[in-house]
Amino acid sequence: MSAGLMGRPTANGPAIVRLARAGRRSIGEYVPALVVLVGGFLLLEYGLAAVHIESFLLPRPTAVAAAIADNWSTGRFALVPSALATLEEAVIGLVVGTIAGVTVAFASARWGTARGFLLPIAIGANAIPIIAFAPLFNNWFGLLNPLAKALMAAVLVFFPVVANVTRGLVQVEPGALELMRSYAASEWTILRKVRIPNALPYFFTAMKIATTLSLIGAIVGEYFGGSSSVLGRIIVQSASALKFDVTWAAILFGAAIGIVFYAIVALAERLVIPWAAVLRGDG
Amino acid sequence: MTDPHSAPSGAVPVVRISGVDKTFTRGDSILTKALEAIDLDVNLGEFISFIGPSGCGKSTLLRIVGDLTSPTSGTVTVNGKTAERARRDRDYGMVFQAPVLFDWRTVEDNVKLPLEILGQDAATRTKRAREMLELVELGDFLKHHPYQLSGGMQQRVAIARALAFQPSILLMDEPFGALDEMTRERMNGEVLRIWQQTGTTILFVTHSIPEAVFLSSRVVVMSARPGRIAKVIDIDLPRPRNEDSRETRRYFELVTEVREVLRAGGGSLDDAATVDAGGSLERALAEGPIG
Amino acid sequence: MATVTATRGGRAASGVARPNASGRGRRTVLWVLLAVGIVAVWEGLKAVGGTPWRTPGSLPGPNNPVLWNPPFRWPLVNDLNLPHVWNIWLAFLDPWQRGADRNVAQFLFDAALFTWREAALGFVCGAGIGLILATIFVHSRWLERAFVPYVVASQTVPILAIGPMITYAFGGNVASVVIIATYLTFFPVTIAMIRGLRSLDPRALELTRSYAASPWDVYRKLRLPASLPYLFTALKIAATASIVGAIIGEGPGGIPNGLGRVLDTYNQYYITGPEKLWAAIIACGLLGVTFFLLVRLAEVLVLRGRPAAADG
Repeated sequence: MSAGLMGRPTANGPAIVRLARAGRRSIGEYVPALVVLVGGFLLLEYGLAAVHIESFLLPRPTAVAAAIADNWSTGRFALVPSALATLEEAVIGLVVGTIAGVTVAFASARWGTARGFLLPIAIGANAIPIIAFAPLFNNWFGLLNPLAKALMAAVLVFFPVVANVTRGLVQVEPGALELMRSYAASEWTILRKVRIPNALPYFFTAMKIATTLSLIGAIVGEYFGGSSSVLGRIIVQSASALKFDVTWAAILFGAAIGIVFYAIVALAERLVIPWAAVLRGDG
Repeated sequence: MTDPHSAPSGAVPVVRISGVDKTFTRGDSILTKALEAIDLDVNLGEFISFIGPSGCGKSTLLRIVGDLTSPTSGTVTVNGKTAERARRDRDYGMVFQAPVLFDWRTVEDNVKLPLEILGQDAATRTKRAREMLELVELGDFLKHHPYQLSGGMQQRVAIARALAFQPSILLMDEPFGALDEMTRERMNGEVLRIWQQTGTTILFVTHSIPEAVFLSSRVVVMSARPGRIAKVIDIDLPRPRNEDSRETRRYFELVTEVREVLRAGGGSLDDAATVDAGGSLERALAEGPIG
Repeated sequence: MATVTATRGGRAASGVARPNASGRGRRTVLWVLLAVGIVAVWEGLKAVGGTPWRTPGSLPGPNNPVLWNPPFRWPLVNDLNLPHVWNIWLAFLDPWQRGADRNVAQFLFDAALFTWREAALGFVCGAGIGLILATIFVHSRWLERAFVPYVVASQTVPILAIGPMITYAFGGNVASVVIIATYLTFFPVTIAMIRGLRSLDPRALELTRSYAASPWDVYRKLRLPASLPYLFTALKIAATASIVGAIIGEGPGGIPNGLGRVLDTYNQYYITGPEKLWAAIIACGLLGVTFFLLVRLAEVLVLRGRPAAADG
């Protein structure tokens, strides 16, 4: 444990106060990023027009905005219903994959022999392009069945969750285990009082990865086939029709979902484990 | 002159170590003989320090007493029971070199940890935790988190936690090793004050000669490879001791006596500047590789 | 007291694995056992609830008697959804297309090599871009604050969403696939290298300043070596990511020679022969693992004797 700072009670107090303090401190740091955002927007909007580039690959932002407005919820490329459908697949996969992953992680932590077996698999699975299974899942469940995409998402989520949560449960400060032994604490008590709190930061790290992966699993699964009102199909179909403004609109929707997912996890992390945020240096 | 190893006749020692050996092995090969033929009695309310060069097994001995590891041969009796029984009955508190506090708990909750495990009710836990934190003079930091405190303060929390359930014995393994000299001397004073107030029997491992002499009733000087007791020295400095005691002639004589026994034992305390080998070696062997 | 090392250490974990001969041997045994276990479970399920077992590689008919009749019928483990392991094996030896002279195994190998070349090119470009960007960001706080949020935010975005667009826009040629692979590689490398280049203990930096070393020297002699473990952690992720990007990039655009197209094709012929799709999936898996192991090998050679970095 590092010798700490003296009296910085940011981690104390009610949750909402902690959040407010955290937000206030970091606004100033966002200025350069805002500059880039505004600058990029202006460059795209006027720069492209000035150079007379067709909306071949990079339509002007206003064109994309128009595409979003036109296709909001109607037409062949209806965005909102499709986004919701894709979101549903991703969420189902996320939940199933996380629950399965956490269960296996607990089993790994409890039984060392199982762990020697399961952890290398979870880590090794990173090397396999699991996405190759997408066409298989589509065939198993049927192209139009959202469960095919949800399964893809679940499998992608499962492995990082197992790897991270197992590590969190097992990689406890060695002194802590000796301390608990000196209290003659049972394995169950050690799990509750030491391993689980220790694993929480690892869990949230895994969840940040998992939300992105679940979305990727859903969308890429859709590339290989699916009903036409899901984001992945809209992307593929509008791109093949060379309607790139719609494609970008769909991509932005996907991006928005991804960012919201991530923000939810980050928020939950700040509320549940404020102490870890301070240790990471961004509290 | 009574044998400084044993208790005065008629009194039952709180801790009796007889014929303890500890050999570290891996498979069939012997790695190192950490302890050999250790005999020692510790009486109620004594403050015993163990000092010696790196590799003399002082940490290992403490861990054997605390039932964190078992001796290859010999016995340890604590309060008339086996070390294991004593651990299960929670007769000891332990303080390590690293405070081992949990970041996710406040200072107060960290001290409450053993009380929760003991199953005490919430009111008792709160009362005890606050009492202990007052004792180590951290009553204003109840709601802080460990990473907000300095090293010395964290160790004080660790001591408060170790005393929370009123153990009859306190085992301390180089608790002030990571602190600077000034803080360490201040903490020495704190420990003595606490010792006087609670009457706990304390077994204290250190590599600092001044610390050992200042704190203890007796100093057990050990030699290395294999670890043996070279000499047990009675510290007859008057109590209560304070900063002035460090400047008396008798203090210097005792420090010199300890130093000479150590030099005769062949080791130098420069080695002791690194982390004690016994504890970490044993932990490493116990855990093995995680594949 | 802890000795001053050049990198800022992380929290000590209990029991970090030390790679040694017996460890590696154990791990290979582990993978073999895993494969055996999967096959056992697979065929075991089919023995209990699959379609009736016949001689491998043949169609039902009077000349082809039932060897084993499972007591139950579970649709999920029938021969369509879960072909027999030996039939998949045999599929590797079939001609890859009716009347072709190459068999599936050779065909898949060629396709894998093709895909790998695209992925590897993207991998190298992405790593280079990542390194350059990270170097820039480490030396300019303003630029870092300006652009890194987007780099990070894009990791929350399904990057593969852009794939089909690039493929269609560039007309389905290899360049588009390489772009996708590059795109997928440079994100993890940039982030990891920023951490890695910064991972120096500030005391080591102060020491170099006392030697009046130039920033370029500091970069070359201290930061780069310190960042290598982080780089390799990212490269291992990027290896798989670039392969995934290549496969996905090939798919919808219909580049004829790569694994993505093979997946698509065998997907279409699934009803007549699911074994070939499985064979293609296995080929993808093998490609990913091989590339990963190559990077791992490079890591071992370059980082000889150094401890691995904390997992990023």
